[in-house]
Amino acid sequence: MVKPLNITRRRLLGAIAAAPLLWPTRGLAQPGRPATRTIPSSGEAIPLVGLGSWITFNVGNDRAARDASTEVMRNFFQAGGRLIDSSPMYGSAQEVIGYGLKMLGRPSDLFAADKVWIADGAEGRAQIDKSRQYWGIPRFDLMQVHNLLSWQAHLPTLFAMKAAKQLRYVGITTSHGRRHAELAQIMTSQPLDFVQLTYNLFDREAEQRLLPLALERGIAVIVNRPFQRGDLLDRLGRHPLPPWAAEIDCSSWAQFALKFIIAHPAVTCAIPATTSVAHVRENMGAAAGRLPDQAMRMRMAAYVAKL
Amino acid sequence: MSEWWTYDLHDLLLFSSRTYYRLFELYNLELWPLQLLTLALGVALLALWRRGGERAGRAIAVILAAAWLWIAWGFHWQRYASINWAASYFALAFALEALLVLWLGGVRGRFAIAPVTRFRQRVGLGLFLFALLVFPIMGPLLGRSWTQAEVFGMAPDPTALATLGILLFAGVRPVWWLFPIPVAWCLISGATLWAMGSPDFAIVPLAALLAVSVAVGSAVRQARDVR
Repeated sequence: MVKPLNITRRRLLGAIAAAPLLWPTRGLAQPGRPATRTIPSSGEAIPLVGLGSWITFNVGNDRAARDASTEVMRNFFQAGGRLIDSSPMYGSAQEVIGYGLKMLGRPSDLFAADKVWIADGAEGRAQIDKSRQYWGIPRFDLMQVHNLLSWQAHLPTLFAMKAAKQLRYVGITTSHGRRHAELAQIMTSQPLDFVQLTYNLFDREAEQRLLPLALERGIAVIVNRPFQRGDLLDRLGRHPLPPWAAEIDCSSWAQFALKFIIAHPAVTCAIPATTSVAHVRENMGAAAGRLPDQAMRMRMAAYVAKL
Repeated sequence: MSEWWTYDLHDLLLFSSRTYYRLFELYNLELWPLQLLTLALGVALLALWRRGGERAGRAIAVILAAAWLWIAWGFHWQRYASINWAASYFALAFALEALLVLWLGGVRGRFAIAPVTRFRQRVGLGLFLFALLVFPIMGPLLGRSWTQAEVFGMAPDPTALATLGILLFAGVRPVWWLFPIPVAWCLISGATLWAMGSPDFAIVPLAALLAVSVAVGSAVRQARDVR
């Protein structure tokens, strides 16, 4: 199952250059529908923007807040969204997602992504089953090892569950730019379908090794913390959006930041989290219209670096 | 969590400040008017202190232990744990503090009201009155709703501070075994509020450090006097 890895600078550059051809977004999005990118291991297309649940959906037993989260989910699905991501680490977020899905009649397009987050590998299956019950779904589409925790113990379990069709995809996550070297080693030695990592206008370390490696190895990439938990938008929000942002159909800094991420050829999906219906609509709008090419992406990064 | 030391407090925060204070709001609305009873118990603690003596000390311990036990169950276990998985550990710590207060203060009589230095007494009393009377209005003064008020005997912060106040004026010598959990809680709470961006994040940790400083200073002075 282990794929050999032989990355040379030329192969990497070639892979990056060819990436738009290998994993194209499906052109411009259809009106009202987000653009998609294919999961390399299966060819299945998923929208470039998903929905995270860190902090935003951890509202406990507050019925009003659960209903508000449901509205965010409703608008997410109405705008063509599919992938929702959560973790047992996120407090009540899984239960709140389950509540929303029940209220919405579990949309058939849902792409359910969750994580296993427990030190004892023997407890992994039980935790996954509990998570599944919280969501109220028959199986997860994607199960990821959260922050590399006990990945040596969990990955064999996840691959076995995938073989038994109890999962569709297996992945592993990191965040805040941590443990990239170890993640790279896992990406080269394990037959992963997905990796999840932090990448945004200011945190760009993943461009050096992980994103090219994902392209090379045919691993789908989910991007977390696209707005640095809001700090990025707070920082950019003090400045006006540059007029040339209209060239890539950006109407807000949030869309500017998201388009920068999802236009990277290695990125399959970014997962901003929000409690606001207006913001989820705005985020989904980033996957519509024109996406920046590489020259424009460099212009975007250079521009925000000067702010 | 691996490499946990590389995370800053913002990274560890699991919920928004809106969700956190809403937790108090729902808790208060659900249990109203229990707050009046716990405030009355706080006033009773003062009356017992004024009365003085060993029996009053034991009664103070029983009331205080009941408050810690209730918060362990009613707040941490039943409510806070719904948004913070660490709250189940907080519940255990609060239950342990309740048992320690009951054992050392109620059974062993270490809360017997006895003369202490005027400074220690004033700081202890000040802390207690601050926790009982000022803490509930602090949130509303900072723009939060009255329904989100944190009340002694219901909420962990004012209860921890009130306990530290009592530990300063109850007993001949500070009961050191009873300090770690309230102080640790005050530091955790301050860190949580700081991560949430609450403007009042420093108040509880600073008050706890004041209590510890005064207790240590008092113990050092007593030891010197004995020599």
